[in-house]
Amino acid sequence: MLVELGHYALVLAFALTLVVSVVPLWGALNGDGRLMAVATPVSVTVFFLVLVSFAVLTGAYVASDFSVVNVYENSHSAKPLLFKITGVWGNHEGSMLLWVLILVFFGALVGVFGGNLPDDLRATTLAVQGWISAGFLLFMLATSNPFNRYENPPIEGNDLNPILQDIGLAIHPPLLYVGYVGFSITFSFAVAALILGRTDAAWARWVRPWTLLAWSFLTLGIAMGSYWAYYELGWGGWWFWDPVENASFMPWLAGTALLHSAIVMEKREALKVWTVLLAIFTFSLSLLGAFLVRSGVLTSVHAFATDPSRGVFILGLLCLFIGGSLSLFAWRAPMLKQGGLFAPISREGGLVLNNLFLTAATAAVLVGTLYPLVLDAITGEMISVGEPFFNLTFGPLMVPLLMAVPFGPILAWKRGDLLAASQRLYAAFGLALLMTLFTFWLWGMERVLAPLGVGLAVWVMAGAISEIVTRVKFFEIGPKRGFARLYGLPGSAWGTATAHFGIGVTVLGIVTSSAFQEEQVRTMRPGDTVNVSGYELTFDGAVPRRGPNFVEEVGHFTVREGGAFVAEMEPSKRVYTARQMPTTEAAIHTIGFSQVYVSLGERRNDGAVDVRAYCKPLITLIWIGCVIMALGAAFSMADRRLRVGAPKPAAKRKQSASVPAE
Amino acid sequence: MTRKQRRLTLIGSAGAVLTLALGLILFALNDQIVFFQSPSDIASQQIPDGQRIRLGGLVEDGSVERSDDAHVKFRVTDTAHSVAVTYQGILPDLFREGQGVVTEGVLTPDGIFVADSVLAKHDENYMPKEVAEALKGQGHWQGGEGAAN
Repeated sequence: MLVELGHYALVLAFALTLVVSVVPLWGALNGDGRLMAVATPVSVTVFFLVLVSFAVLTGAYVASDFSVVNVYENSHSAKPLLFKITGVWGNHEGSMLLWVLILVFFGALVGVFGGNLPDDLRATTLAVQGWISAGFLLFMLATSNPFNRYENPPIEGNDLNPILQDIGLAIHPPLLYVGYVGFSITFSFAVAALILGRTDAAWARWVRPWTLLAWSFLTLGIAMGSYWAYYELGWGGWWFWDPVENASFMPWLAGTALLHSAIVMEKREALKVWTVLLAIFTFSLSLLGAFLVRSGVLTSVHAFATDPSRGVFILGLLCLFIGGSLSLFAWRAPMLKQGGLFAPISREGGLVLNNLFLTAATAAVLVGTLYPLVLDAITGEMISVGEPFFNLTFGPLMVPLLMAVPFGPILAWKRGDLLAASQRLYAAFGLALLMTLFTFWLWGMERVLAPLGVGLAVWVMAGAISEIVTRVKFFEIGPKRGFARLYGLPGSAWGTATAHFGIGVTVLGIVTSSAFQEEQVRTMRPGDTVNVSGYELTFDGAVPRRGPNFVEEVGHFTVREGGAFVAEMEPSKRVYTARQMPTTEAAIHTIGFSQVYVSLGERRNDGAVDVRAYCKPLITLIWIGCVIMALGAAFSMADRRLRVGAPKPAAKRKQSASVPAE
Repeated sequence: MTRKQRRLTLIGSAGAVLTLALGLILFALNDQIVFFQSPSDIASQQIPDGQRIRLGGLVEDGSVERSDDAHVKFRVTDTAHSVAVTYQGILPDLFREGQGVVTEGVLTPDGIFVADSVLAKHDENYMPKEVAEALKGQGHWQGGEGAAN
């Protein structure tokens, strides 16, 4: 009964999204305030209905109600409670429900917090958000209903894919979806601007915090997914240029471009048309990601087993939203007034350069992702585009961008002085040069590119620090006043510097962990020792162990450095009983920012076992850098001038208070 | 600088970046992509020395031999032809005789395929798409198990 209630709530939500798609828009176009006022309460109601439906599905999972097809296929009564709950979105139907839940949640947020938006802009934005919600709710109801029932319920479920039975599933998809789907709001704002034919100051002030919010979650989601793959798959890699990873990376790149161009638009009223176009592109890439994962065109860890009707349906939605918004763009964009001239060497110029490189890099990733699919569809020839392709295309596009990063925030708006900016970066450049030479001295000439990479990372990090220090003239005014001024800096300045510092940290982690990693693959018997980067790993033997829904063979290793005990490590091979599926659980020991990583292969009859051991210097910096970037976005969102619903200046408030009286 | 010059600078730099990106992509597509071959493809055509390829098929029953330092030898077959493969490293969890596998590496002049990566299916419902196609080509595909997605 309860399950039918969940289904019913979903149908009702669909019906209401149709209302919110049409009525407020009609009101906005005809200036009817009562019709526009429909948008907020209906959007909020839709959110609560989808929330009910999500809660019902979660309830069915917790209660192991195997009469529900979706629960039977993806759950098991012996599964720990956490994985019963996370299992809700560990499959196509449930994750789609989470996706839609976040989509309508963002709609409700705009409704509730959008009080200071112009009425017609809010109503139109919510209507556009309603179109997207309606499309995906219909998709769920027509092809992917999670509430289908069995007439004769089975006694036991099929269990969740063991790879997904991990804390990572609790964190990675929700973060990623908030990021992906968060860009729907910027998309809706962009389409609303095109429909209304104007992008005013309110538009720009609103778009940037939403973009920042979505972007920071997407950053964390991607980082979390990468770390999960790193420890769970046992291959020791953290990024595979898998098409589905690329599907999340492309909106991130476009979103990064978007949040930079939104700055220009907000501060200088320039790049309006471009910002609107980027907003459309970014969410289109999110939709493309949904299509790639759910249509069955890919075979990947992430791809859900699907039937073709879903692929066709999503492709239809994809064409409708992308095609529709781009046509609207072509028709209406010329109406948006351009403003704000600037010289090529200026803050705006720097941000344009950022956008050029980021969009070019997005295009390179897009080509690498889609080319094999297109070639297969046209010629039937099967190819794979892997790491070498992306290293050769993405890498060279990132290097000039990273070199330019420290200059951007130092240049003045409108017309900058490159020489003056360079003078403020002498210290950063010196430090970068020093670190480059130091790495050369440490590692010799065997890897020429790596020291340059280290130098580049240090340049970006030191550049971010110089920006803050020179901005408050820290050394000229002395530390006491200096700290006071640091405290007084606007959040957006801290945000920029923090995020730029973070990207430097990530780059440093990538360079050191890939260039200076040491790997040993050995067949080891109890008592054998293998040496990686100065750590001696002794294999002490293997013992069987039993978990809640798996049995495992645990290898015991002792790590020593120069004979002194460092740590014990216990990698294992598991077999999940319900599906009889084996998995590898790597053991990771963190030393400073570096990690020792051990995973087991097949066990031989004579008790020997294949062992793969790595030492990955500074690898954790990759993910720490991502967290720092997201933190930067948070600082920027906390900026008073941007805060959503921030009190307006007194004069303005009086003005807006007088509006109803007119 | 006049308005026109500014616009030209913008268009010029945009053009330069796009040309760079396009050049890189075209060069990499020419050079860095890896073609998928079945054992029959390898038997019927000459593959240039040192060219990376992906080889896919079934792991032949009884062909897996392990030796020290995690070296493993096996044969990949599409039932019409088979190719000997050597690999050093940890095999994927679901690597088994008689199961589908995709390996990537280089064919040596004496006909042995030296693989540096081996991919097996992720779970029991999954057969690498390329392998399924290759087996279909040989007429040995028993569909119906929903295996090829």
